[in-house]
Amino acid sequence: MQNPDASYNLPDDRGHFGKFGGIFVAETLIPALEELRLAYEAAKADPEFRAEFEYELKHYVGRPSPIYHAKRWSNTLGGAQIYLKREDLNHTGAHKVNNCIGQALLARRMGKPRVIAETGAGQHGVATATVAARYGMECVVYMGSEDVKRQAANVYRMKLLGAKVVPVESGSKTLKDALNEAMRDWVTNVADTFYIIGTVAGPHPYPMMVRDFQSVIGAECLTQMPELAGRQPDAVIACVGGGSNAMGIFYDYIPEKGVKLIGVEAAGHGIESGKHAASLTAGVPGVLHGNRTYLLQDKNGQIIETHSVSAGLDYPGVGPEHAWLKDSGRAEYVTITDDEALKAFHDLCHTEGIIPALESSHALAYAAKLAPTLAKDKLLLVNLSGRGDKDMHTVAEKSGIQF
Amino acid sequence: MSRIQTTFAKLSQQGRKALIPFITAGDPEPGLTVGLMQALVAGGADVIELGVPFSDPMADGPTIQRASERALAYGVSLHIVLGMVKEFRKKDAATPVVLMGYANPIEAYGAEAFAKDAQAAGVDGVLVVDYPPEECVEFARILKANSLDPIFLLAPTSSDARFAEVAEMGSGYIYYVSLKGVTGAGHLDLDAVTQRIPAIREKVRMPVGVGFGIRDGGAAARIATVADAVVIGSRIIEEIENSPRAEVAARVTAFLRSVREAMDQGVKL
Repeated sequence: MQNPDASYNLPDDRGHFGKFGGIFVAETLIPALEELRLAYEAAKADPEFRAEFEYELKHYVGRPSPIYHAKRWSNTLGGAQIYLKREDLNHTGAHKVNNCIGQALLARRMGKPRVIAETGAGQHGVATATVAARYGMECVVYMGSEDVKRQAANVYRMKLLGAKVVPVESGSKTLKDALNEAMRDWVTNVADTFYIIGTVAGPHPYPMMVRDFQSVIGAECLTQMPELAGRQPDAVIACVGGGSNAMGIFYDYIPEKGVKLIGVEAAGHGIESGKHAASLTAGVPGVLHGNRTYLLQDKNGQIIETHSVSAGLDYPGVGPEHAWLKDSGRAEYVTITDDEALKAFHDLCHTEGIIPALESSHALAYAAKLAPTLAKDKLLLVNLSGRGDKDMHTVAEKSGIQF
Repeated sequence: MSRIQTTFAKLSQQGRKALIPFITAGDPEPGLTVGLMQALVAGGADVIELGVPFSDPMADGPTIQRASERALAYGVSLHIVLGMVKEFRKKDAATPVVLMGYANPIEAYGAEAFAKDAQAAGVDGVLVVDYPPEECVEFARILKANSLDPIFLLAPTSSDARFAEVAEMGSGYIYYVSLKGVTGAGHLDLDAVTQRIPAIREKVRMPVGVGFGIRDGGAAARIATVADAVVIGSRIIEEIENSPRAEVAARVTAFLRSVREAMDQGVKL
């Protein structure tokens, strides 16, 4: 949970990454965020808390997750060697659980018996429901009613785990509206409720805290890459919706100036079509969900609806630290369309026997684009942030197959 | 003296409390807003809070969310809202208008340009729900430089230190959020509110308004015994939602008048 680069110590004490981040919430939540900030600071400094977090990651999640050299796929592509950080092998099938465990342990430490969460596709909802069951907490998950319809299996999964799933009918009835509704619940039940935000967005301290809990991904890679490949990679590639898996793998590489950091946003049907979710590439800075960051909005400052084949990337904002990394030039952000992501999805299935999540397929697709332009001794590390079992329906539908 | 100060000073001389209704600009349709503002004044409004619609109104309950959605369906932007205030000002030079909304439409407009245009349109104060004082230093300065009052919220969860901080940065009046929750919530605890106000008054030398969850004359009258102003929003929006278009203005006036009368009669012990 520590970045070795002393010169990189963002955010500041009010949660700013340069001009991004901050605390943009109604007054009622200010004391709750202050309480959370202080509790997190104390927990972070407490060896017992860290030991428990690490114990849970090892024995419950199954960390460290391996890095796998995708040799056959690399050879097919004919260029740089691609390595996959296997977050898909975690318990619950994605990186999301790392953060949920951290926040649930913090909730328990703060004496909050009830946790709430927002979810889009349902992955963060499932991870939250999982840890709530694990620690015996009451759990309510807010999910846009459109998403509830599209993701019936995950809704059932959350219910199996004992969570209550509340369909959200307001606005566009998707992830951003679920987040609004979770905030409304939190403001109403602030005394006994802990809001587990699933990504590196929201008001301070969330972007910092979620990054810290997810930074185990990059920290492991920093040790694993030299062991497996003899050196650090030339580039680290990760998909970016809200940006938690990318921040998690990027963070410890920020001081490693020789390593390129590449975030891949969802271009949906193409940036020019307007149907995409590429906030950093096509958005402008504004304020939403408690922080200042790049947003997809119209000229009047209204948030616009996004599109991606991958529900986990379908969000009109992005974590403020990514906004900062973009403006500072330390990271580069590119886009991949639905079709390109689907092709990478199928290619990985066929050549490596790994079914990736559609989110992660965006990162894979960019690696597949980049690899042939590079020499065979170049190394690309891709964060395979989740497995694709949840996407069976979507992919089958795209191929004209019905179950 | 600003229009807001003048209004509160006059009420104070009369021994009366301010009634501040909230409506969302453009709800139920843009053509009705100026008429509704006049209807509010006819019903006894002392200050009007005019909501600027936003796609993601995080602090609002379902009623005001629906109002926002109806207005956005007509494409009501901040530019259009300022036009409505300008129109209202042609016939009413006295009633203060406070814009209430979220940060992003203002940032998209540009803070400086917005403050200048709002002042020119006849706006008196601005309350940005998701701009707490710590993120609002520059914006509050810009508002004040354009003779606009930055209005801040205080909540049941706010510390005493916070009261002083908000008192320092805000002007016009303070908006005390009466409950932990969103606008229009149904769990208002009048005793808790009346107990909290004196502590605020100690730190804040500005009129104190109370809002969130106030639904009728009885509650308004109780609040008015301790606060300087009563804010009513969701209940008025419900009146707008439930009235035939032709009767909206008359019904809003009638509802507000009933609240005004209850407040002026005071609480009978």
